[in-house]
Amino acid sequence: MNAPFDAAQLHDCRDAFVATLEALAEANKHIVAVCNDSVGSSKLVGFRDRFPDRLINVGIAEQNMVGVGAGLANGGKVPYVCAASPFLTGRALEQIKADVAYSRTNVKLVGISSGMAYGELGATHHSIEDFAWIRALPNVPVIAPADRVETAAAVTWAAQHVGGCFLRLSRMGVPDLFPADHVFELGKANLLRDGGDVTIIANGVLAHRAVMAATLLASQGVSARVLNMASVRPMDAQAIQSAARDTGAILTCEEHTIFGGLGSAVAEVVVDSCPVPMTRLGVPGVFAHTGAANQLLDDFGMSPEAIASSATTLMKRKA
Amino acid sequence: MTPAELRRIANRIRRRDVQAVFEAGAGHIGGEMSVIDLLTCLYFHELSVDPADPLDPERDRLILSKGHTALALYIVLSEKGFIPKQEISTFLGHRSRLNGHPNRVYVPGVETNTGPLGHGLPVGVGMAKAAKLDRRSWRTFVITGDGEMQEGSNWEAIMTAAQFRLDNLTLIIDHNRLQQGASLADTNELAPFAPKLAAFGWHVEEIDGHDPAGICRAVSRATGTPDKPKCIVAHTNKGHGISFMSDNVAWHHKVPNVEQYEQAMAELAEAAE
Ligand SMILES: Cc1ncc(C[n+]2csc(CCOP(=O)(O)OP(=O)(O)O)c2C)c(N)n1
Ligand SMILES: [Mg+2]
Repeated sequence: MNAPFDAAQLHDCRDAFVATLEALAEANKHIVAVCNDSVGSSKLVGFRDRFPDRLINVGIAEQNMVGVGAGLANGGKVPYVCAASPFLTGRALEQIKADVAYSRTNVKLVGISSGMAYGELGATHHSIEDFAWIRALPNVPVIAPADRVETAAAVTWAAQHVGGCFLRLSRMGVPDLFPADHVFELGKANLLRDGGDVTIIANGVLAHRAVMAATLLASQGVSARVLNMASVRPMDAQAIQSAARDTGAILTCEEHTIFGGLGSAVAEVVVDSCPVPMTRLGVPGVFAHTGAANQLLDDFGMSPEAIASSATTLMKRKA
Repeated sequence: MTPAELRRIANRIRRRDVQAVFEAGAGHIGGEMSVIDLLTCLYFHELSVDPADPLDPERDRLILSKGHTALALYIVLSEKGFIPKQEISTFLGHRSRLNGHPNRVYVPGVETNTGPLGHGLPVGVGMAKAAKLDRRSWRTFVITGDGEMQEGSNWEAIMTAAQFRLDNLTLIIDHNRLQQGASLADTNELAPFAPKLAAFGWHVEEIDGHDPAGICRAVSRATGTPDKPKCIVAHTNKGHGISFMSDNVAWHHKVPNVEQYEQAMAELAEAAE
């Protein structure tokens, strides 16, 4: 399943990110963008044209970039630090820990083209460890929006949130899932579809695939609940507990290694408070082979058909 | 090999590169055109490497730290016989081992996996130090982009290499004055490189990075200073050899359309004669 939708229905969430950022920057002169050479890949050309002195390009130097962001925050600025997610989170992880999380600075970390969006460029350019890395740190909410509406809502939320956060954005086209007036709430799951037989929890570019899987399941007489879990930290424990109670089985899908990401975070809640059978779909602890982003998701068992079939298999384990 | 022969090989590699980018619909064509003369001279004139024994402990090591130009390396490796020539057509294809950045686990001849900028030189320092520890004569070469030199890890390695007196290590900076989104001058200017490296205690050579004779002279054992690592500042053009790409930042990772492709191939064919 390479193109789940017509190209016309698919939207690059980076566009919603920069449109929102530019609007916020218009209203708040303290908002600045910090980047590492990749002005184009972060879609910051428009921002630079409108606010030339507020686009702070530190060059190809990501550790420096995050440190500079922390300093700007100390000086009263609201920095959105934007870079390809593997280099932002991987290269500058200790800066994120010490300068943002531990120092509690008001730095908005924006991971662009996260997950396997850079499919063919190989594992160095994949960011399928970032949930695990950043989720391990206190004080930095981890948020993976599912469509352009939720992206815009999360970028707006971040501006008024006092403190750091990590927005995990993709460049893969995704269809709209949320109504235009959707408001982002940290730590709150969204019910994308109700159901009683099994729950599918997803976020980011997997959310619409989960919805498609639920539609397929419905045609097979299975009623699947779909939760969008943009907040990987903090988690909506209540929504997970209700899902466990109401449906008795939970399947997670993520564009991330299955070690330490969304599935692990959900499993922590399940083990602690509501044990039910679970299956975690994601990248099974390997460096991905060469392939286009959507192809890789399919290869790792996350086509809508494969998600649906994993859900059916999981249901057989219900008590 | 004579400079004329090296030029001919480099021209053939350029044409194969442009064709592969065009067919795959992706690649870093500007930086590839910029680095191809350096790679050609190293692999066809200087390096002691053997496709029949790619892990020979006595081999010279070459790290393409600017891993985004992997395609140029793949083509050179195929011309040398490390991988089949016809495999270049799988570049970026589903399950191909030739992805956008080189992977030593799957591609013989690749020494270390690069792609995130600023990794090659520290690894090269480790290689050169290993040769020193064992008193072996093999050499280590690292090619970085000039924008890549903005990564702090390079300067940590530059410091260490001088301290360890690694005269068996050569850093070649592909100095095309452009990075991804702009010129270095408009981002973080590092030029002139030579005095900076000299200040760290390196032996420095400045060359025209598209002149085979000059490249071969600079990379040979004949130039250098005992106990000092060597840096070659190779003055290059991004997109070299193709008029409309040359020195044009837009061609960092742009893909030619049909007309541009035909013009590029025609210009390269003409240069071959
Ligand atoms: C750590 C890291 N940050 C950012 C990038 C994205 N990137 C790929 S190529 C490039 C520009 C490189 O410029 P330069 O080193 O001058 O190479 P060349 O001009 O030879 O292509 C950038 C920023 C990356 N690959 N790795
Ligand atoms: Mg350059």
